[in-house]
Amino acid sequence: MTASTTTIYRARRIVTMNPSRPEATHVAVREGRILGTGTLEELTGWGAHVLDDRFAGKVLVPGLVEGHSHTMEGTFWRYVYVGFFDRMDPDGKVWPGTKSIDEVLARLQQAEAKLTDPAAPLAGWSLDPVYYGSRRVSRHDLDRASTTRPIGVLHASGHIMNVNTRSLELAGLLRKGVEHPGIPLGEDGLPTGELRGPDAMMPVGPHTGFDRDVLACDELGLRNFAKLCVRKGVTTAADLANLLPQDAVEMMSRVTAEPAFPVRIVSLRRFINLTPRQFIERALELRAQSTDRLRLGIMKVVADGSIQGFSARLRWPGYYNGAPNGLWYVAPEQLRETFELALAHGIQIHTHTNGDEATELVLDTLEAALQKHPARDHRFTLQHCQLADAAQFRRMKALGTCVNLFPNHHFYWGDQHYAMTVGPERATRMNACATALATGVPLAIHSDAPVTPLGPMFTAWCAVNRRTASGRVLGEHERIGLADALRSITLGAAYTLKLDGEVGSIECGKRADFAVLEDDPLEIGAESLKDVRIWGTVQDGRVFSASEL
Amino acid sequence: MSAPVPVTIIGGYLGAGKTTLVNHLLRHAGSLRLAVLVNDFGDLPIDADLIEARGEGVISIAGGCVCCSFGSDLMGALLKLAQLDPAPGQVLIETSGVALPGAVASAVRLVPGFALDAVAVLADAETVRERAADRYMGDTIEGQLAQADLIVLNKLDLVTPRERVDLVTWLAGRAPKARVIEAARAQVPLQVLLGSGVGNGSARQVGNLRAAAIQPPEDAASLYESVSFFDMGPLQVHALAQELARPELGLVRAKGVLRDAAGGLKVLQVVGARYEVTDAPGSPRETAGCVCIGLKGLLDRSGLDRLFERAHA
Repeated sequence: MTASTTTIYRARRIVTMNPSRPEATHVAVREGRILGTGTLEELTGWGAHVLDDRFAGKVLVPGLVEGHSHTMEGTFWRYVYVGFFDRMDPDGKVWPGTKSIDEVLARLQQAEAKLTDPAAPLAGWSLDPVYYGSRRVSRHDLDRASTTRPIGVLHASGHIMNVNTRSLELAGLLRKGVEHPGIPLGEDGLPTGELRGPDAMMPVGPHTGFDRDVLACDELGLRNFAKLCVRKGVTTAADLANLLPQDAVEMMSRVTAEPAFPVRIVSLRRFINLTPRQFIERALELRAQSTDRLRLGIMKVVADGSIQGFSARLRWPGYYNGAPNGLWYVAPEQLRETFELALAHGIQIHTHTNGDEATELVLDTLEAALQKHPARDHRFTLQHCQLADAAQFRRMKALGTCVNLFPNHHFYWGDQHYAMTVGPERATRMNACATALATGVPLAIHSDAPVTPLGPMFTAWCAVNRRTASGRVLGEHERIGLADALRSITLGAAYTLKLDGEVGSIECGKRADFAVLEDDPLEIGAESLKDVRIWGTVQDGRVFSASEL
Repeated sequence: MSAPVPVTIIGGYLGAGKTTLVNHLLRHAGSLRLAVLVNDFGDLPIDADLIEARGEGVISIAGGCVCCSFGSDLMGALLKLAQLDPAPGQVLIETSGVALPGAVASAVRLVPGFALDAVAVLADAETVRERAADRYMGDTIEGQLAQADLIVLNKLDLVTPRERVDLVTWLAGRAPKARVIEAARAQVPLQVLLGSGVGNGSARQVGNLRAAAIQPPEDAASLYESVSFFDMGPLQVHALAQELARPELGLVRAKGVLRDAAGGLKVLQVVGARYEVTDAPGSPRETAGCVCIGLKGLLDRSGLDRLFERAHA
């Protein structure tokens, strides 16, 4: 296909998200962009064309937009997957969930048997012992896979790691008298092998193959992430916290510019190691380096921790189980200066706020900053924002913020939120998608992959059904409709990235980005949305079949 | 085995004077090789006239000191320091303004080759009470104070004598175990804040201790006094350390190399209410001594005399 060729795709149905023409049967594409949708007759008016029937039996929706993920999802697949739930790898293989500690061990043993270097570490990820009863995993369990090579298995939350005896030994932790709140000791006075929190995990990191430098930014990981995007119908993905040193920017620019790279990456630089002024200067530098498929210049600030890790900042009455309030990761003074400078320079900020107290601080700070630097259409976005109440959504509306909520949490941790972290009432308002829509706050929804699997259709299913892993409907009044959910994973997410004029709907002038589906999400029904089969994508007019990656 | 490098954590909220304190200590480090770890190089953490050279993530400072940024990897930064030759004599970690120093202390304890010396938290005399009442930051500020061994109550030149008394009372309620060091412009004698200021636990220990006993703490000599004990026989070192940590003695810090009842040499360290007794590295034939530092007029000299007398094994 040459640049000026016009291709008209016929499809079973095209769901456009264009309010003026919500559905069509044909879409015409030229130079990677959409000429229009309509009937074949309407589109032939654009002149000479090739009629392409390959999607005749398929449904096209706008290319899905993942508004909050991490390219690290691609990196993790070099480790052994030991999650409780089935999960698809970048090559399309679905790894069945490991349903018991024995199954976890069996999978680790299989992987161990394939290693030829006797000193090579063995790393696993996505362990979720909460599903294996009350017994905690210990180093003795992992010793069954190997006593001679170091083993480290990261939990699904990303906050805890289990290691074997050899790992402790290499890290100098196999001794008595270790004194750390994140390192429980066994009856023998030695660490049990469970390491909680980044500090406790750090000493074993280099030995178990979980090296921060590797995890932060890695070429193979980026490529694998892109493959997963195609399999999940994603054509634009936000990489929500990167340090973006210049060499990483160069690597990402090079890789994303390759002719067959199938996804547009929006990478946000996290606020760390810089003063607010340097942070905004860096944002301007990064913005200038944006390319077609690597968008830079939006910045991220992390205000607090996580709810399931009890490090999120909650307002009164705090955690349901009485745990002390969480941690601040930024000081209000830094937040204020950052917001003011960002507004003054037209830089968009996405702020991670899990707990409602963190949300409140961000709203207070933004309100004051906007008094000083009134800015229209700033689209500051609250990320996760899981515990916001209705009053906070009204403030978001008044201040002009967007919100990107995290419905996948209901499925993976909803039962724990109900029983332990925030209790029954607040668990029903977590990720209040319906309130956001009713209030008029621009809404996106996300997976935070690799925390939960990449897959906007699954995220939409979570928002529509609010089903927990045990089957409870957590907050039936916050369920949203199918059409709203589909909008949230396309145009809604694009809006938070200031890309809604370019992607997120199928209409004249926009990028030719489609998710190509075997099943019609509007017909399959809310219950089965997560089961919609995905053929692949079209991105900037380039066709990517998942089966040929 | 070489002695672990002592680590002092310098915490406190934004604007309390952490950077000023670090620069003050660097200026008065003498022959002590300080390694400073700061969260980031955002605002240049070191006074320009102290800097010899700047590299990627490292600033070289006059007198063989260095300053490195640790970002999100404190442990990695400590492990890099361990590879320096010669090794630093003392590490200072300047935490971020919202960090809880107790968590940093726990992390330091996990890194081989380093030992926690003290958690010092700065409090801005002008603003600390207002900050502690802040709806968002209040519990963080209180947590920082409660986790301190030493609280440097800074900027006292900016408050009235009456406010000063109120503040000390208020701090006693927030951090009953901490010793309060009063300061203006973060001018705190090195020997008060750093254990290595009164010797590093090596074979040169006693010489250092004697030197420290003879030289009164610099700068604020009028604020502090010290008492030294030398040439003693075997002592009940653990019991002594426990006693020295009691608040009534007015002791801020004590450090010594003492012979225990079994004849072994032990390093005794007391910082505020925290004490530690460890095996002394180096030659076991060294004679032993101990330096005790406290606020002038508050140090109970006769009480200390009695304690050391009673501690004889």
